[in-house]
Amino acid sequence: MINSQNIVARSATTLPAPHARDNVVEVAKLIDVSKCIGCKACQVACMEWNDLRDDVGECHGVYDNPMDLTAESWTVMRFNEVETDFVGGDDVSREKELSWLIRKDGCMHCAEPGCLEACPAPGAIVQYANGIVDFDSNNCIGCGYCITGCPFNIPRISEKDSKSYKCTLCSDRVNVGLEPACVKACPTNCIEFGSKKDMLARADKRVNDLKERGYEHAGIYDPAGVGGTHVMYVLHHSDEPGLYSGLAKDPRISPVVGAWKGITKPIMSAILGITAFAGFFHYITKGPKEEPTDEEVFGEGDDHHRVSREEEHRS
Amino acid sequence: MTNHWVDIRNANLILSMGGNSAEAHPVGFRWVTEAIEHNKAKLICIDPRYTRTCAVADYKAFIRTGTDITFLGGLIHYLITTDQVQHEYVLNYTDASLIVHDDYGFEDGIFTGYNPDKHTYDDKSSWMYKLGDDGFALRDESLKDPRCVYQLMREHYSRYDIDTVSSICGMPREHIEHIWAEIGKMAVPHKTMTMLYALGWTQHSIGSQIIRTAAMVQLLLGNMGMPGGGVNALRGHSNIQGLTDLGLLSQLLPGYMTLANAAEQDYPAYIKKRAKQPILEGEVSYWKNYEKFHVSLMKSWFGNAATEENNWCFDWLPKLSRPLYDVLDTFDRMYKGEINGYFCQGFNPLASFPNRQKVTEGLSKLKYLVVMDPLNTETSEFWKNYGEYNDVDSSQIQTEVIRLPTTCFAEDDGSIVNSARWLQWHWAAAPGPGEARPDTRIMGDLFIRIRELYRQEGGVFPDPILNLDWDYNIPEAPSSEELAQEYNGRALVDLTDDNGNVTRKAGELLSSFSEMTADGRTASGCWIFSGAWTQDGNQMARRDNSDPYGTGNTLGWAWAWPANRRVLYNRASADTQGRPWGKEKAFVWWSSEQGRWIGADVPDFPLTSEPSKGVSPFIMQTTGGGNFFAGQSMVDGPFPEHYEPYESPIDNNPLHPNNPLARNNPAGRIFDKDRADLGSREEFPHAATTYRLTEHFHYWTKHARLNAVVQPEQFVEISHQLAEEVGVVAGDWVKVSSNRGFIKAVAVVTKRLQPLRIGDRDVHHVGIPIHWGFTGVAKKGYLANALTPVVGDANTQTPEYKSFIVKVEKA
Amino acid sequence: MTVNVTRRQFFKLGAAGVASSSMAMMGFAPESAEASVRQFKLTHAKETRNNCTYCSVGCGVLIYSHGDGSKNARQEVFHIEGDPDHPVSRGSLCPKGSGLLDFVRSEGRLEYPQVRAPGSSEWKRVSWDEALNKIARYIKDDRDANFVERDEKGGTVNHWTTTGFLAASGSSNEAGYITHKVVRNLGMVAFDNQARV
Repeated sequence: MINSQNIVARSATTLPAPHARDNVVEVAKLIDVSKCIGCKACQVACMEWNDLRDDVGECHGVYDNPMDLTAESWTVMRFNEVETDFVGGDDVSREKELSWLIRKDGCMHCAEPGCLEACPAPGAIVQYANGIVDFDSNNCIGCGYCITGCPFNIPRISEKDSKSYKCTLCSDRVNVGLEPACVKACPTNCIEFGSKKDMLARADKRVNDLKERGYEHAGIYDPAGVGGTHVMYVLHHSDEPGLYSGLAKDPRISPVVGAWKGITKPIMSAILGITAFAGFFHYITKGPKEEPTDEEVFGEGDDHHRVSREEEHRS
Repeated sequence: MTNHWVDIRNANLILSMGGNSAEAHPVGFRWVTEAIEHNKAKLICIDPRYTRTCAVADYKAFIRTGTDITFLGGLIHYLITTDQVQHEYVLNYTDASLIVHDDYGFEDGIFTGYNPDKHTYDDKSSWMYKLGDDGFALRDESLKDPRCVYQLMREHYSRYDIDTVSSICGMPREHIEHIWAEIGKMAVPHKTMTMLYALGWTQHSIGSQIIRTAAMVQLLLGNMGMPGGGVNALRGHSNIQGLTDLGLLSQLLPGYMTLANAAEQDYPAYIKKRAKQPILEGEVSYWKNYEKFHVSLMKSWFGNAATEENNWCFDWLPKLSRPLYDVLDTFDRMYKGEINGYFCQGFNPLASFPNRQKVTEGLSKLKYLVVMDPLNTETSEFWKNYGEYNDVDSSQIQTEVIRLPTTCFAEDDGSIVNSARWLQWHWAAAPGPGEARPDTRIMGDLFIRIRELYRQEGGVFPDPILNLDWDYNIPEAPSSEELAQEYNGRALVDLTDDNGNVTRKAGELLSSFSEMTADGRTASGCWIFSGAWTQDGNQMARRDNSDPYGTGNTLGWAWAWPANRRVLYNRASADTQGRPWGKEKAFVWWSSEQGRWIGADVPDFPLTSEPSKGVSPFIMQTTGGGNFFAGQSMVDGPFPEHYEPYESPIDNNPLHPNNPLARNNPAGRIFDKDRADLGSREEFPHAATTYRLTEHFHYWTKHARLNAVVQPEQFVEISHQLAEEVGVVAGDWVKVSSNRGFIKAVAVVTKRLQPLRIGDRDVHHVGIPIHWGFTGVAKKGYLANALTPVVGDANTQTPEYKSFIVKVEKA
Repeated sequence: MTVNVTRRQFFKLGAAGVASSSMAMMGFAPESAEASVRQFKLTHAKETRNNCTYCSVGCGVLIYSHGDGSKNARQEVFHIEGDPDHPVSRGSLCPKGSGLLDFVRSEGRLEYPQVRAPGSSEWKRVSWDEALNKIARYIKDDRDANFVERDEKGGTVNHWTTTGFLAASGSSNEAGYITHKVVRNLGMVAFDNQARV
């Protein structure tokens, strides 16, 4: 069990978190895209460990599958075929070459998590002292604001239980001293796990290797706009992260979410009640037309549904 | 693999060709990425497609499917003409200096001794070295004699100039030049290239010869027996190596011994032909011990019934009346109604064999079919209608099918042999589902019932059945431990040395095949596995992963055949003086202090044979050397030659444009019906190749939900150019047809396929992953082998799944 | 201080409005919020060393099954991951190996012997005895009818070509060895495994 003392931030909570026992190692996952063969071992290991079984889908004319993150696919490989500068040596006949850039997509475990800041449900999103940002589905009300708050568009609401899900960085494994399932499975040493310090040093080394091999724009992706992340990439073309299936160049938490930071949100929330707040928040971030129905928020046919109706009446 | 997985990290250059190593063996490929990072190695990937291996390669090039001999033959020509050859190695460790028989010749694509009516080389008498009066081969160490192997090889490949290669392979000159130059750098003694291949080389009518060409390149570069070198087959199934080692092939016995053919009625002659003596003085030629292994096998099988008087039951073994009873032959006979019963033990031939329609018709003519499998395979339900995916009329199929549920790896104890020849023991984690039983028990129980029928009723030639040695504690269910000890072998009486001292007590397990005798005192079911379970216990279960020399050689982990050697021919990792070729390649070397060979591996060599004796490293060969000249060991020629696939997108063999006999492999495996089923390139203009995806394993993982999720539905890959011609975009459905059938699948339209310029035309490739069928949890699909031709490699009969022709239409 | 509330109670409290929402926000979250989101699932499971059954890299796997091996506990595999000690795989598994659990527990696993009669469109469950006796009888009848002791030249051949056998290169050496021993000594020659293809 993760000791509650290790939770350093909790969604929609005013009470300050205990910090006396924060002296734990900050962890990080490093994804060296230059070593990725897109085998999807991480995808399968993730589903297997987390007891997830996504739907058997269809082929959409590409290798990607599932096509996007879902509540049951917390990581997916994204494949992109692009022309890049040829770096393979002294063959003068080649200026450009085809590159198949494959990126493992999933939660970045931001140091300043937009999801947590946006979340109106107390304790539905927590951040541990080691840097992991975890969703506690028991507390999730399924409002979807974590998605709005996420600069990487990661969380997904389940159609089965109307709760939000994403990668936990295998907090259950990390807590007992193991590496995340995807890290362990990765056949080519493309995904590594360790302290953030070590991973940064390792990333530096890999960037140097890539530069030696001719990738002059190789670099580390650890975006400052979200306070750095606990999932980092080594990119051969770090000047153009968009090449990697739209990786954000300068991700930041939406200023709207920022405005609700601190004391405002809980107070407003306290005044309005959770659902009303949620609706208001949705209104100002997405506009009225996309406001989720009760079914979308709470699913059908159980107590939550009625509860939300009652609340709606009241507000 | 001549080397092993971890050893890949010792390479300076990795050539991934004839396989998609990242895709098919991702965890083995880890050691490629290690070599790249820690050894600054380069990875070159050559394939008809830009593959997952290409995604992390330093250099990638497209090649037309089925033209690898051309590329590698051109490389031999390049290495020789630019003198990028490991001279000391080639002179001393190969047959380069041997003189070839006067009558050997090669003319317009055909070697001496061809019979065009039978499509075979029925006179291979000239395919050998020229022997002196003493019975040993003649040699010219200057390598200048025009009839020496080196000069004949040089001449043979002089036709493979770069323009010819470029035009046949569809690869631009600059790409070829770059790759050849990189490979040439590996001719220095202290650098090695490793070659990784798989079914991309084997599944051709010239498959075996492609691999020979690769081995010739490695010999020229001095890369055999070297850490980070070798020719490495990345085998497909978890125990395909083991089942081959155990001889479960139509013409084999365990340990690569062979059944007699019908003409071999005389036991001593049978042995003499196989107990090969050295043809150079002083060489080891280890097969000379054949009889020891053979007699030990017969004692294992027939116990006391096998005696010297009855030639150790030689006549009890079946003899071959046809050259081969391989699966192509068997399914041809099945199609003709000549087979009554068939057993599929963990094998799904309806999905796995070429020309699915022919297979269906064959299975429908059987009287009985027995399927033993953990899974609900297509073969076991070939008679059941699955709509468009298996459109059969059950009522018209009179085959009785008996299906037996078996356990899987997680539910039994035993060993499997990986591609690196490691025998690894595993333990059952849980019982199987329902009434599933292990194969060992099914076979044991079945045998006991058959034996009982023969005991009660008598029958035809019951001797080998009634006398089969069956001394298991529970006869219906022999344990894995008992069987493992049986193939390891034991002494039947006290074994003694020359002085009469007992070296091994009766009943004890043997420690090695070197203890075996030809006089019936030892028994062993598979000589090369001897040492796997000794008096010291189960060596296959060892788990010491220490690597004391830092070479990646973990001799304490599991057990490798032969004799726990991890790199074959490793004596060649030292020079003629017994010193490592380079400091960073030190592996096995001569210690004059200890008077023996030492190092990181078990020496694959007589332990105390000092270098000055000049014994050569390739101890299984009669020459003691690596052979550029194959002699009579191949059925289609002593030197590899390019022939077009039987279904080719071009009209003739550009090397022999005027000789139709040399268009395709003149000795390829093909039957009349199947020749008639070949298509024309006018109707089927595109080159097609089938392959596997990393998300799936053959036809198994479509039964596993996790794998079905990440690659759910059948697709084919085509280029943007071909998609435009056909009028489809990514995600549309296409119909792909050959002269034998069709499939429908989603089109993956990709830049990773490009039309290749072959002569004066552009050739498109159509990529066809194989994994779908009509059972399982993935989306139902068509069996890809609806398309493939029944054409086999001349030597192995492996079907030509990698090169055939199709057309593509919008579905 | 911990307030013990179930998730459902929490929502009901929430329905009461402002006061309870504020309470929750001030730390009185349900117990589960303080716990790890998920408990570690392998504690005390039986761990068995094995090898992946797919390709020939031969990766080491650790199979986790329910129960500690007690007589009364039926083992059930519920998780498989890589063996970190294995010198080749070092804990890694490819997407196939990572999904081994769903092979072991596939709904396509066969559980009982079955027979499909000639012309039938369905399976019928049979006992092992019935299945094996039927097969033994088929073998003996076909062998006795078609076994060839001598060929047309009078040479001893002792072979049986009208029944064939495909062996499994996914099975163990021990299964392969006993299969070869039985099949070859029935006189069978149409005998192959996946190495041929």
